[in-house]
Amino acid sequence: MDYLKITILALIALVAAMAANFAQDAAYMVHALIIMVVAAGLFFYTIRGMEEPVPTGYAAPTGYMDGPVRFGVIATAGWGVIGMLAGTFIAFQLAFPALNFDWGQPFTNFGRLRPLHTSAVIFAFGGNALIATSFYIVQRTSSARLWGGNLAWFVFWGYNLFIVLAATGYLLGSTQSKEYAEPEWYVDIWLTIVWVAYLAVFLGTIIKRREKHIYVANWFFLAFIVTVAMLHIVNNLSIPVSIWGSKSVQVFAGVQDAMTQWWYGHNAVGFFLTAGFLGMMYYFVPKQAGRPVYSYKLSIIHFWALIFLYIWAGPHHLHYTALPDWASTLGMVFSIVLWMPSWGGMINGLMTLEGAWDKIRTDPIIRMMVASLAFYGMSTFEGPMMSIRAVNSLSHYTDWTIGHVHSGALGWNGLITFAAIYFLTPKLWNRAQMHSMPAINLHFWLATVGIVLYAASMWVTGIMEGLMWREVDANGFLVNSFADTVEAKFPMYVVRGLGGVLYLSGALVMVWNMWMTIRAPQTAAIATPAE
Amino acid sequence: MDLYSLLREIADSWGLLAFFTFFVGMAIWVFRPGSRALHDEAAQLAFNDDHAPPPAACANACPDCTCDHGASDRGQRNSK
Repeated sequence: MDYLKITILALIALVAAMAANFAQDAAYMVHALIIMVVAAGLFFYTIRGMEEPVPTGYAAPTGYMDGPVRFGVIATAGWGVIGMLAGTFIAFQLAFPALNFDWGQPFTNFGRLRPLHTSAVIFAFGGNALIATSFYIVQRTSSARLWGGNLAWFVFWGYNLFIVLAATGYLLGSTQSKEYAEPEWYVDIWLTIVWVAYLAVFLGTIIKRREKHIYVANWFFLAFIVTVAMLHIVNNLSIPVSIWGSKSVQVFAGVQDAMTQWWYGHNAVGFFLTAGFLGMMYYFVPKQAGRPVYSYKLSIIHFWALIFLYIWAGPHHLHYTALPDWASTLGMVFSIVLWMPSWGGMINGLMTLEGAWDKIRTDPIIRMMVASLAFYGMSTFEGPMMSIRAVNSLSHYTDWTIGHVHSGALGWNGLITFAAIYFLTPKLWNRAQMHSMPAINLHFWLATVGIVLYAASMWVTGIMEGLMWREVDANGFLVNSFADTVEAKFPMYVVRGLGGVLYLSGALVMVWNMWMTIRAPQTAAIATPAE
Repeated sequence: MDLYSLLREIADSWGLLAFFTFFVGMAIWVFRPGSRALHDEAAQLAFNDDHAPPPAACANACPDCTCDHGASDRGQRNSK
């Protein structure tokens, strides 16, 4: 078995070396070198461990498999800080264009750092959080160890390799120009392989569960994994120009391509950032509150309604384009209907605290969860409203959209992830609780004030910008040039940047708190030994 | 009839009906009599991690290993 493994690794390293030699562009060459180094490293690692005698008394691993979850929690925090730092920096680039330093061109201009920011926060921070929490939750609620042995490690490392390839690719100019799906063809193929392994581990664990029911959180995670696989494959159907280069050409063209992209793009929000994070919510909120979910019936209806409706909402990104009216009306109607299941889920989460409302005052983690659900409710009201064609004519292409995305991403996804990290860190490292509870409280306030500054400034600048763009004088001529709107937006851009600084500082406080918790000597007496 | 029109016809007739029927059926099924006990049971799954540790998985994994809770799960190297 090990001989087969080293043969394959050697072949991969060889092909990667050839690819680096034949590479037609810088991004492809760097990626080939990264793959070569990784394959060669694994080759030597495998050889070192080969034909060693199995230590006597070496027990087959039992219990829950929490190694990848621990790594995942740390990766989530690390990538979160990197992604938020990139976001804060590009926010200031918009306010002060001089920050597009001449010496850093073309690698550090806004156009290349922006996909780095979006992918780092959505896929690196959010994705690692989803993989880690789904592995944690599926084991607990199924009373089963992860299926597939070391496959779970492959999922973790493979996914993070995907992120490194994507991030370096953006800086070196490799992109297929599809929002949230920028990585080029070979990176897409790698992600597909990792994702199939992820599905196998998750589904395998559910199949071998020792419980009668599949807990509702696992339904949400499963929907997220399956749908993201489908979206990823269809939206990335492309033909490489050369197998020795990163450039590829999309199979779809024109409005079909645009529709496929926003079918993907909106469901990336719907299934990656909503269904998956709802899986977290349906486990961690009941856990932290110490009470079962308010209504299990409602959670089932929430699940099916969300699945049935979200998939149709994409066309609202393409109002007033070449897309046929019926399609954009369909997208608008489904987006508005979607408001109901979203609020059903929010109410279900909040009402789980019924009888334990005092915990909002005493438990900063519960407070974070409640704020997260409040932001979920707010952005799932704002979204349907913005999808209405008439509102969209004002809001689209303005900063209002950016504000909407961030109230969802920073408020809902960010806060529920932080809460999950604060829940998981002591559990995974056998500590009684986080090192500092006041620091969690500080994080909560830094993050909340940061989001408020961000969302409020973007509402003001977005609506102002929309109104300035459509303002006409008595003769029907446009009053403002584009540069006028840019100038008018300056103060709001600075406020937005400051909001980002606050949010980032909160994340740094969390990293410090995690560090102290993990490194602290164990004091609490806990039954299970640490690893 | 070309493929586009055919799919379009199916989508707003039988496809729509099938999805709608499934959805309504699901909603009725959730509220069927006797479901409450099952739902309460499922809702408790979030709290069973302390009560129900998974069984020793070693029965099938290797012939002569002893079941040792809390064993390292950092890797299963050389478990041939």
